Amino acid sequence: MTSVPVLEDKSHFRGVWVFLEPRKGGLRDVSVQLIGMARRIADRRGVSLTGVLPGRGVEGLARHAIGYGLDRVLVVDHPSLEIYRSRPYTKTMADLVRRHKPEIVFFGASKNGRDLGGRLHAVLETGLAADCVKFDLDPEGNLDMIRPSFGGKSLAHILCKKHRPQMASVRRNVFVAPPHDPSRVGDVVHETVTFEERDLDVALLEFKEFTREGGLRPDEAAVVVAGGYGLGDPKAFEMLQELADLLGGAIAASRKAVDSGWVPKTLQVGQTGMTVRPKLYIAVGISGAVQHLAGMQESGKILVVNADPKAPLFETADYGVVGNLFDVVPELIRQLKALKASKAAASEPLAAVR
Amino acid sequence: MTAATVPSGDRDRPMRIVVCIKQVPKAEELQVDPKTQTLKRVGVPSEINPPDANALEIALGMKDAHGAEVVVLSMGPTSFDESLERAVAMGADRGILLTDRILGGSDTVPTAYALSETIAKIGGYDLILCGEETTDASTGHVGPGIAGHLDIPQITYVSQVDLVDGKVRAKRTAEDGTEWWEARMPCLVTVNFGCNAPRDPSLTGKIRVKRGGLVVHWSCADVGIDPKKVGLLNSPTIVAHVDTVKLPPRAGKVYRGEPRDAVRQLLEALLADGVVPR
Repeated sequence: MTSVPVLEDKSHFRGVWVFLEPRKGGLRDVSVQLIGMARRIADRRGVSLTGVLPGRGVEGLARHAIGYGLDRVLVVDHPSLEIYRSRPYTKTMADLVRRHKPEIVFFGASKNGRDLGGRLHAVLETGLAADCVKFDLDPEGNLDMIRPSFGGKSLAHILCKKHRPQMASVRRNVFVAPPHDPSRVGDVVHETVTFEERDLDVALLEFKEFTREGGLRPDEAAVVVAGGYGLGDPKAFEMLQELADLLGGAIAASRKAVDSGWVPKTLQVGQTGMTVRPKLYIAVGISGAVQHLAGMQESGKILVVNADPKAPLFETADYGVVGNLFDVVPELIRQLKALKASKAAASEPLAAVR
Repeated sequence: MTAATVPSGDRDRPMRIVVCIKQVPKAEELQVDPKTQTLKRVGVPSEINPPDANALEIALGMKDAHGAEVVVLSMGPTSFDESLERAVAMGADRGILLTDRILGGSDTVPTAYALSETIAKIGGYDLILCGEETTDASTGHVGPGIAGHLDIPQITYVSQVDLVDGKVRAKRTAEDGTEWWEARMPCLVTVNFGCNAPRDPSLTGKIRVKRGGLVVHWSCADVGIDPKKVGLLNSPTIVAHVDTVKLPPRAGKVYRGEPRDAVRQLLEALLADGVVPR
C-alpha cells in the first residue's frame, strides 16, 4: 500500500465528489441529498461536481443521477462491485482519488458509507469528519466541516488544511433533496479498477430485509412518537403505536428504552441512533439527555409528555403536558379519536343529520 | 506501512483476539451547564466505551466456547489503566496501554495507524474486535482505519460472531436488513452497541489484577511508531473552533392539571397552530 504524502501544493486537487450509493435500483436518499448540498459548494469553489458510482449495470442510474445536479458521473462497472463490500469499494475509491485528485469527497453516513469512509481515510491518510450538519468555506478555500460535538449542544468547525482530499460524511435528512431535472446534461465516464483475489475474500452469505412492522420508519415519518425509560414497561409502546397510527406516524425510542430491550435498536433516535426531523415529534417519558436531543432537535414541533416538570426536554418543547403518561396518552388518543369521528360525521351529510 | 500476515500453520496455539477499547466519560452522567451551554466534564466518572464493552463480551464468549487468548488494547493516558484492569478482571488475559505524550491530540488517522502498529507488534492475532463507535467522539472511523492499515478484511456493525471451519461468520446490521458475512482470519469486526450484556468483573479476575503485571505500558518507541505520523501536528484534521448552538426558542406551552383538561387545551393549541389538521 502506498500513502499519499502531505502536499504543500494543493492546487492540482480540484473538483468536488459525491460517493453515490445505490439502493434497489435507485440511489439511497442521502446520496441525492448530498448532491444538492455539494452543488452549492462546487459552485462557490468554481469547480465541477462529480458523482462516483461503483456497481454493476449502473450506467442508467448514473445518467439519472446527473439530473440532480451533477456535471459528470464516474462509473466503475464490475461484477465484484455488485453489492457493497469494504475492500473492493475502498480500492475503487482510493484508485480513483489517486487518479483524478478531487479536493473534496462527500459520503452519506450510512452503515456502508461509514464502513467505506473509515477505511479509505486511513488508506489515503487524509482527514474525514463524521456526521457533519453544515459546510462552509474558510478564507483560504478550505472546506469548513461543521459537526455537532458531544451531545449536539455545540458545533465544532473542522478543517483539513494540508491533506487532500478533504472528506466528510453526512447523515440522511440533514440536507434537503434537490429537484430532479431530466434534461440536465452531463458526462458518464467509465473507469476501470482491477482487483486482486484478496480484495474479494469477504462473502455475503445471506441478507434478510427488515420487516416494516408498524409500517413507517421514524426517519421517514412526518410524525414520530418516541418513548423513553419513563414508560417503565415495553407494553406501553403499544399505546404509543396507537397514537402514532392515529397521526399517521411512526414510533421511536430513546437509548435507555432500547438498552432495556423494549424495542429494537433500529428505532433508536439520538447520537448513537438516527437523526429525525419530522413535522411533529412527541416525546413520552423521555427526560432529554443531550444525546437524545442531538437526534431530534431539528424537528418542526416538539411535544413533551412527562410526569417530571423538571425534565430537561421541556426546555426544548413547543408543547408540554406535565402528568402521568398513562393518563395523558390514553386521553390524547381518546380525544383524537373523538375529533376524527366528528370530522367523519361532518363529511357525511346523512350522518350529520342523524 | 504494515502488511501483517498471520502464520496460519500454527494451529496448536489458541486463537488470539485483540479487543480495542477506549475509556470515555459516562454518558448518562453528562449534563449541560445551563449558563454556559457546554458539557460539564469535571468530576464525571469514566467507563469502558459501552460498544467496546460489547466487543469485549463477544471476545470473552468466544474464549469460553472455543478457548482463546484475549488481549485488550487501549491508547491514551495512564488513567486508562482503570478500564484495562476492569477488562482483565472481566476475563481478558492481559492488557496493553499504548501511552506516550507524543500521541496527544491525534485524530482518527494517527490513532488508527498507531493502534495498527501496536497490533502488528503484538502479532499472531486472528481476530480484532472494536466497538462500532465511541460515545464521546462517535466517528466509527478507527476500527475500519485499523483494518485499512493492516490490509485485512473488515466486517462492521456486527451483533454476533461465529467460527465456522476456521472462518469468521458475522451477523451485520445494515441499513435495510440483516446480513451474514464470512471472512477469513485475521480480520477485524466492529461490534454493535447493546448487542449483549457485558459481564461483571469476577472475584478471581479482580485478584489476578491485584497480583499485578497483567496490564503493561508501551511507548511509541517500544512499538516502533513513527513520531512524525502521530499527535496533534500530524493529524490531518484540526478543530478550528467550537460554537455554542443557540437553538431557536420554542413556544414552550406547558399544560398541567387534570389530564382531560390539559389534553383538551393541548389539542386546541395543536389544531390552532395547524400541527394537527382540523
